[in-house]
Amino acid sequence: MAAERKTKLSKNLLRMKFMQRGLDSETKKQLEEEEKKIISEEHWYLDLPELKEKESVIIEEQSFLLCEDLLYGRMSFRGFNPEVEKLMLQMNAKSKAEEEDEDEVVELDVSDEEMARRYETLVGTIGKKFAKKRDRANYEEDENGDIKPVKAKKMFLKPQD
Amino acid sequence: MAEAVPFGAESLAGGRARAARRVLDQVVLPGEELLLPEQEDVEGPGGAGERPLRLNAGARSRLRVVCGPGLRRCGDRLLVTKCGRLRHKDPGSGSSGGVYWVDSQQKRYVPVKGDHVIGIVTAKSGDIFKVDVGGSEPASLSYLAFEGATKRNRPNVQVGDLIYGQFVVANKDMEPEMVCIDSCGRANGMGVIGHDGLLFKVTLGLIRKLLAPDCEIIQEVGKLYPLEIVFGMNGRIWVKAKTIQQTLILANILEACEHMTADQRKQIFARLAES
Repeated sequence: MAAERKTKLSKNLLRMKFMQRGLDSETKKQLEEEEKKIISEEHWYLDLPELKEKESVIIEEQSFLLCEDLLYGRMSFRGFNPEVEKLMLQMNAKSKAEEEDEDEVVELDVSDEEMARRYETLVGTIGKKFAKKRDRANYEEDENGDIKPVKAKKMFLKPQD
Repeated sequence: MAEAVPFGAESLAGGRARAARRVLDQVVLPGEELLLPEQEDVEGPGGAGERPLRLNAGARSRLRVVCGPGLRRCGDRLLVTKCGRLRHKDPGSGSSGGVYWVDSQQKRYVPVKGDHVIGIVTAKSGDIFKVDVGGSEPASLSYLAFEGATKRNRPNVQVGDLIYGQFVVANKDMEPEMVCIDSCGRANGMGVIGHDGLLFKVTLGLIRKLLAPDCEIIQEVGKLYPLEIVFGMNGRIWVKAKTIQQTLILANILEACEHMTADQRKQIFARLAES
């Protein structure tokens, strides 16, 4: 008797995970789409025609800072408040520096070649400081006073029979 | 300032918009529409004459124009909302077409983001201070918005103190919020203004005039005696000098210089320098 009539399972039961493992991918997709449709139909939306936003060339600003270059609001004269006077120089110079283009080329006090030469000898001098007493003997000085590179360390030589 | 500036009455009655370029430094009234330089070629005078030939007739260069205080955007044109003189500033660099604004006079301040103002602390409630800045609502100032302030280390601010700060939030929909710190976390002169001194109110236009880079009044005042001034964009000025008499003289000069001519001002300064 039970085999003649198929028991009608509810929708919720069919939506459960263990019931869906046996389904094909197509039926799965269909079910998903139906679900999405139900959810999106519940959402409210405005039934207006699409308005195209015009590309506006004009920007509205309510601030006077863009219009006029105003000085910094705190001022002190004849040394009444030294901190404020320092601030005045800082803030007013900042606004001027922003206007001017910074095209300065940094002048080098020491040229690159001289720097490389000094650095070469510097490595030797500092290396000497950290070398152990035995290794300090390896640091010989040249005629000019520059330090020569370290010689190879003397390793233990096994005596040959 | 007292000269009569004539303008054609027919342009207002007929509703024909004027070119912004031609109206610079002239008086404009609310309700007028101004054309930007790009549009005035098309809607030229008369209209029946020949159109000027342009090389790139198809592609119109669209420069971004900023409309400042006193102006509003109305389609492709500028609509004047305050009466005053129309000003323009050319941009130094970049692709923007410059700034147009109306130089008007008013006493009532409306909070604007980024403005430095002087406020008076009116209340302390929980973690914020209520500061009166002269607008429609008191601004809120968090106690953490001071340099070097932490939850344990609270700033020493009492009710009735003067604060110099800037707005971070200021629009018509929300309560204005101010801070005494800049975006890097440094005070830069903001915070509680010291004791003594005198706070008084002037018009907003005078503040802008005094803060202009080439203002003679400030230079002359600075030569009189040692003093300190703080200008708030909300029309408030705080001054301090060594004696009360000097402070009062300074306050009177700054209030009166709005309506004095340059000659009268020089006379007064000469008299002061003598005494």
